[in-house]
Amino acid sequence: MIDSLFNLLPDLNKAFYETIYMVLISLAIAIIVGLPLGVLLFVTDKDLFLENRPLKSILGFTVNMIRSIPFIILLVALLPLTNLITGSTIGPTAASVSLSVAAIPFFSRIVETSLREINKGIIEAAVAVGATPWMIIKDILIPEARPGIIQGLTLTTISLVGYSAMAGIIGGGGIGDLAIRFGYYRYDNTVMVTTVVILICLVQLIQFAGDKIARITDKR
Amino acid sequence: MIRVEHLKKEYTTKKGTVIGVNDVSLTIERGEIFGIVGYSGAGKSSLLRCLNLLEKPTSGNVQVDGTNLGNLKEKELREARQKIGMIFQHFYLVSSKTVFDNIAFALKAAGKTKKEMESKVTELLELVGLSDKRDVFPSQLSGGQKQRVGIARALANDPKVLLCDEATSALDPSTTKSILSLLKKINLDLGLTIVLITHEMEVVKDICDRIAVMENGRIVEIGRVYDVFSKPTQELTRSFINSVLDFDLPEHILKKSTGTIVKITFQGSVAEESVVSDMIQKFKVKGNILHGKIEYIQGTPLGIFVMELKGESTEIAMAAEYLRNRTQNLEVIQND
Ligand SMILES: Nc1ncnc2c1ncn2[C@@H]1O[C@H](COP(=O)(O)OP(=O)(O)O)[C@@H](O)[C@H]1O
Ligand SMILES: [Mg+2]
Repeated sequence: MIDSLFNLLPDLNKAFYETIYMVLISLAIAIIVGLPLGVLLFVTDKDLFLENRPLKSILGFTVNMIRSIPFIILLVALLPLTNLITGSTIGPTAASVSLSVAAIPFFSRIVETSLREINKGIIEAAVAVGATPWMIIKDILIPEARPGIIQGLTLTTISLVGYSAMAGIIGGGGIGDLAIRFGYYRYDNTVMVTTVVILICLVQLIQFAGDKIARITDKR
Repeated sequence: MIRVEHLKKEYTTKKGTVIGVNDVSLTIERGEIFGIVGYSGAGKSSLLRCLNLLEKPTSGNVQVDGTNLGNLKEKELREARQKIGMIFQHFYLVSSKTVFDNIAFALKAAGKTKKEMESKVTELLELVGLSDKRDVFPSQLSGGQKQRVGIARALANDPKVLLCDEATSALDPSTTKSILSLLKKINLDLGLTIVLITHEMEVVKDICDRIAVMENGRIVEIGRVYDVFSKPTQELTRSFINSVLDFDLPEHILKKSTGTIVKITFQGSVAEESVVSDMIQKFKVKGNILHGKIEYIQGTPLGIFVMELKGESTEIAMAAEYLRNRTQNLEVIQND
């Protein structure tokens, strides 16, 4: 048992880093695209300073559409796009494409929800002071919603860890891939248990760190 | 300073259109403290929010300091808003920013440099008496302190007008007093025009020069505070004034008394004269004061007395006439 675990170590190591790699890339893209998208979903809403009903409808519809597709289907459906972007359909980089596509609407809705928690009066006070939309977003909305956004990031990261394991099904690499190759096809319980333990630890760690950061940034 | 012409504000809701402001025309002079009173839903906030275009009027004109706000482009409107401060009932401070940063935000909006912000915020904190709270977050402040930060933020860009939406309604009476005296001080020192809406007549009595009484989106009465207090023409206005002057005579006193009961309102210097004793010397009547109060409205006394007059009815009629002439305001409540 110890022996087989030891033999597994190089594979495990590689899989672990692949998972981290996939999660980090998708997380970065979720932030870069999802944060502005979430802000846009919020500020184009009725009675807000960039009210724009058509844009709000289009964005809302697109986000909902992507979110309603089960990840496993998205994974397969996006293979052509993945090939176009990364030049391959297997490996962690390729898996990051569909992970990002899934994470963007997920995170943007969380951002939107966090922004909705802000008292409308605070936003109005900023409008009344003559601030530009950009200033209001940067200096009022984001800081006020920061604890919620950080909790959303934690949630997104944890979801991504789960989704990244699913990406193993189409040979995406990472811990999920390892679990499928060894645990599922070869009935290797040691690998199965080990990957589960690693995933549990990883998720706990992310949650702990996320909560901690959210608490530090909360000034209310 | 502020000129409103035929202002109308309607809200479109799922249940149909709701009228906020209904054809209001109004001029507010430079340096004036103008009060708007009315019960909840009368349209006070709607009117006030149209003055800096937080609410876009359905029709009509709003002119502030000679500029018609409706004609401005986005950028010009932002600049105009920097010259119109606003404070709110619930303060609306940014909870993730310190007192300093809350105030500095307004200066940043006006494109001020770091150095300018530093010195201006320091000056403002001194003005509102919060120099020691500079680096504190709003959650650590009392209501009165939060409103002071709100005032400092509103004054950051040296506005010409300050709009106050129920600014003291969330505060206890003594904090209300201190905020009101701060507003008065700003009004005097900086020559700021203040428009404040409230449902508390106390506030109006203490600091306003003129008031408008609103009901159903319209202004039903408008005038100098003293005039409105001494000669209200609307029932609604009277009910507001009663909340301060509290002049309803207890029922049992009315029942018990046998003579003629008159309510005399003394205005200005007359309140200090010996009108009543003169009257008693001149006519063969006995006067019995049932109730009385002198209020000082911005330093000018306003006295209201309820008296029972006894004697020959012709003498009483003459005495009443005499009082009416010397006080200009006499109301016979009960004739025997
Ligand atoms: N944003 C809004 N949407 C719909 N109706 C509104 C809105 N704001 C105010 N109203 C309505 O307009 C009327 C006047 O409200 P408001 O100006 O807030 O009165 P006040 O400040 O005197 O209490 C009320 O009937 C209120 O329900
Ligand atoms: Mg109101």
